[in-house]
Amino acid sequence: MSATAETVTPAGRLNLTRRQVALGLLICAIVMALARPILPEFLVRVPDRAILPYDSFLQSVFDFIKDDLGLRYLTRTISGGLEWLLDVTANLLYGKRRWPNLGPIPWTAITGASVVLGYWLGGWRTALLAGGTFLWTALIGQWKLAMQTMSVIIVAAPLAFMLGLVLGIVAWKYPRFERALRPLLSLLQTLPFFTYLLPAVIFFKVGPPAASVATIFYAIPPMVLMTILGLRKVPDSVVESGHMSGATRWQMLRHVYLPAARTDILVGVNQVIMLCLAMVVLTAFIGMPGLGAKLLSLMNSLKLGRSFEIGVTIVLLAITLDRLSKAWVVKQPEHFARGTPWAKRHIFVLAGLGVFIAFLILAQFVQVADHISRKQDLSMGKEIDGVIKGFLDIDAVQAVTGWLRWFLITWVLIPLRNALLWLPFMTVVLFFMAIGYLVGGWRSALIAGGFFFIVALTGWWDRSMITLYEVSAAVLLASVIGFPLGIAAAQRRGWAQPVLLACDTAQTFPSFIYLIPAIMLFGVNDVAVIFAILIFATVPLTRYTIEGIRAVKPEMLEASDMSGSTRAQKLWHVQLPLALPTMAVGFNQAIMFAFFMVIIAAFIGTQDLGQELQKTLAGNQLGKNFVLGLCVSLMALAINHVIMRWADERKKRLGLS
Amino acid sequence: MNRESPVIACKHVWKLFGPSPRKYLASLPADRRFADIQKDGYIAAVRDVSLEINRGEMLVIMGLSGSGKSTLVRCFARLLEITGGEVLVDGQDIMSLTEKQLIELRRRKMGMVFQSFGLLPHRTVLQNVAFPLEMRGQDKHDRRERALEVIKLVGLEGREEYFPRELSGGQQQRVGIARSLAIEPDIWFLDEPFSALDPLIRREMQDEFLRLQNLLQKTIVFITHDFDEALRLADRIAIMKDGAVEQCDTPDKIVLNPATEYVAKFTREIEKSRVVHAASLARPLNGQTPTGKPVAADATMHELARLLVNDTRDSLPVVDAKGLIIGGLDRQEALDLFLGSD
Ligand SMILES: Nc1ncnc2c1ncn2[C@@H]1O[C@H](COP(=O)(O)OP(=O)(O)O)[C@@H](O)[C@H]1O
Ligand SMILES: [Mg+2]
Repeated sequence: MSATAETVTPAGRLNLTRRQVALGLLICAIVMALARPILPEFLVRVPDRAILPYDSFLQSVFDFIKDDLGLRYLTRTISGGLEWLLDVTANLLYGKRRWPNLGPIPWTAITGASVVLGYWLGGWRTALLAGGTFLWTALIGQWKLAMQTMSVIIVAAPLAFMLGLVLGIVAWKYPRFERALRPLLSLLQTLPFFTYLLPAVIFFKVGPPAASVATIFYAIPPMVLMTILGLRKVPDSVVESGHMSGATRWQMLRHVYLPAARTDILVGVNQVIMLCLAMVVLTAFIGMPGLGAKLLSLMNSLKLGRSFEIGVTIVLLAITLDRLSKAWVVKQPEHFARGTPWAKRHIFVLAGLGVFIAFLILAQFVQVADHISRKQDLSMGKEIDGVIKGFLDIDAVQAVTGWLRWFLITWVLIPLRNALLWLPFMTVVLFFMAIGYLVGGWRSALIAGGFFFIVALTGWWDRSMITLYEVSAAVLLASVIGFPLGIAAAQRRGWAQPVLLACDTAQTFPSFIYLIPAIMLFGVNDVAVIFAILIFATVPLTRYTIEGIRAVKPEMLEASDMSGSTRAQKLWHVQLPLALPTMAVGFNQAIMFAFFMVIIAAFIGTQDLGQELQKTLAGNQLGKNFVLGLCVSLMALAINHVIMRWADERKKRLGLS
Repeated sequence: MNRESPVIACKHVWKLFGPSPRKYLASLPADRRFADIQKDGYIAAVRDVSLEINRGEMLVIMGLSGSGKSTLVRCFARLLEITGGEVLVDGQDIMSLTEKQLIELRRRKMGMVFQSFGLLPHRTVLQNVAFPLEMRGQDKHDRRERALEVIKLVGLEGREEYFPRELSGGQQQRVGIARSLAIEPDIWFLDEPFSALDPLIRREMQDEFLRLQNLLQKTIVFITHDFDEALRLADRIAIMKDGAVEQCDTPDKIVLNPATEYVAKFTREIEKSRVVHAASLARPLNGQTPTGKPVAADATMHELARLLVNDTRDSLPVVDAKGLIIGGLDRQEALDLFLGSD
């Protein structure tokens, strides 16, 4: 008791002064904003003189590495190998005319085998899901597109897995390497996807190789993190028993650490697969054919019916990949009775092979079992188009969306946007310093404020503020929906579970998908962008709110019941305060999602950093691309730092960590 | 009894946890106490411990949790690098071994059982038990045979193909025991092997363990925080407190002559009559030989209670296993054990 009391008092005193300093910084920020008309120009915007040509500087560095150091020859060699692999999968899956010239494998054979795989991993539900997904894909006439996408994932996911695993092991083994790697991983996780795409295009061959390289790099970070986490978690007694069994270092790793960390490593695999899917869809922007490219072109030409169908395919594919890999995570080995015959032990391998071969043979004789031709598919794109147009033409619907559009634009978006653009940049920097100081002292203040200061120095301040305005508008609106929804759903177990399941499922969708309903409802404009981010960001908000509230210990609820609190009192005084750190994590994730989404929306025609980034793709301007990417990253990292710092501290105080 | 050299001998062993323990130990004044060391930012998990463990002996290390027991055995097996002192295993300084030699030592001579079992979750019972054999590269057929043998020894026949997750706690610890025995170690370390088990199962496992020990006659270092368990199993007990050994002696002597106040506190609640054997109370004969029916040297006072009450002699002859009289048991002294001396 006394020990805790002692530690609380100085922290409390510290808090007070911390608050005062933060308040001081905040007042400076406000004063600067109010005094804008008389403020010296260099505090409003960084003067042009002070903005160094970072982009051309970076560009020459890249050119030097690329041409003079000959990195390009190395990468071109690698991309040769990669291309070979991709050609093999492409041939097998959709019959690209390359070695080994065996494909395409009939859709029925793949579907049949996936049903067996699904059954083995997770019983009849996953079997049905896997079978249903592939059946839908084939029948709707998108088999080839889906296989183009899959052919990249099949190559990229294992490579990302292996690279991530190796990096994770090295980082776990050498703490110094880990310390160097961590900030890099955070940066990678916040870089906009365009910054993955352009280097991939420049260093690797356009098309599938570049797409797979971008995908691999995008998917590596979580694998590294999960590997480190898993290896750390291996219990001491397991490690010591390995040592006492006389295992050498290699044997320890191979037979003790890696198998004991299996669960976390497989969670990493699940994340790798999902990120691969998300990224592969986005490689449409560098001309990678497949579901993403088709979706992009259909949306550009406003063919909403077909877009919708493709959206369904992508969503089904995402759910299938997610559920299958998650089933693998929880699948535990079961023992066979002694003397079980070989065939029975390997029944699923045999069944899978059997089904596969049976359909291979069938496909030789029955054409629809081999492929479904354009005339045979059941696509109803035109009809759905009609339905959607009809729906949108209903006066009530038009009134609602029209009103929403008007309300959002005039009352939320334009004011917010103008305000952010009007503010002196120093106000924004000081504001973030104040918050940073409040949550974590000078270090956090320097990180939060410093990152924004760097953004100002790049000369892309206005574009950055437009990006920030889109993000904050969308996340604020999402909070208005997500928090109450989460709080309401958390009240009953029976409500929480389906909502959580829905959120979990929605989180597996590639972000691209969220643009479809937005464009359908609002057309191609700012509101659609905000709306897409809004749905995307609502998901983590709701989910973490529910999880935070549900994680409150039952004893505390019983204690508050016995203290005679009403439901509202219990919520306000017990559940919410304890759930707040978790909700903050959700809020943070919502913002990170928003930063990602806002860049994707560039193709709708935004005026933010994303737009500029998209332009760099066409011009191969790697230097500018990186500067812009860094602007996005720095803003995201500053906000991420502040929120996570606060949540961690809060959790520690509440004794939750 | 010809005195062989001890199997394990440790001399002035120190193990400190902290930022730079070696440097700190070098500058450490001799009278620095546990709490002072802690104030300096170090934890003295093992403090200046000297012990010898003889062949075929079972030494039980006893102490409250956090007293440094686990750390001490881990120093014996060099799972931890000691900060100061010396650990000799079969006369060899284990700190001087190369990694390869150390691995070889563990592969041939040592087995360890852990409180939380330490089973590999992805391997079957059979594969877990065969693990040390696999590590040393034994061929598949051999190791299967040997593993089946030990599995039978610990009574897990028929469970060879199960995974740890499918077994109860007691069964999991049997796997742990089987694994530690698979390589036929000379030295067997058991770190609170039964502490995680329910009391009933614990009793059963202790019996099982005594049966195995009678069969195998290994040199054993057994750790427990349960004094009853220590008394039940030990040839000698070492009692630890704050990293130091307070007393190391036979159960009888610990109960009869506790060396420190701390040890005395442990023995206070113990029913001494169940621990003390006739041999430890037997007095030298001094010329006069007590007569009449003798008592066996390895009988506890509890077993002799009825006799002690009914008999009228002042001194009873005590005989060893060969029937030779080794001394006289003072009846009053023996009865005092039951009644308290005053
Ligand atoms: N790796 C470690 N780092 C720091 N302190 C440790 C470590 N291992 C053990 N200790 C400390 O050493 C002391 C003795 O621990 P241990 O040997 O596990 O005790 P016991 O097994 O008797 O319960 C404890 O205070 C414990 O906190
Ligand atoms: Mg211990």
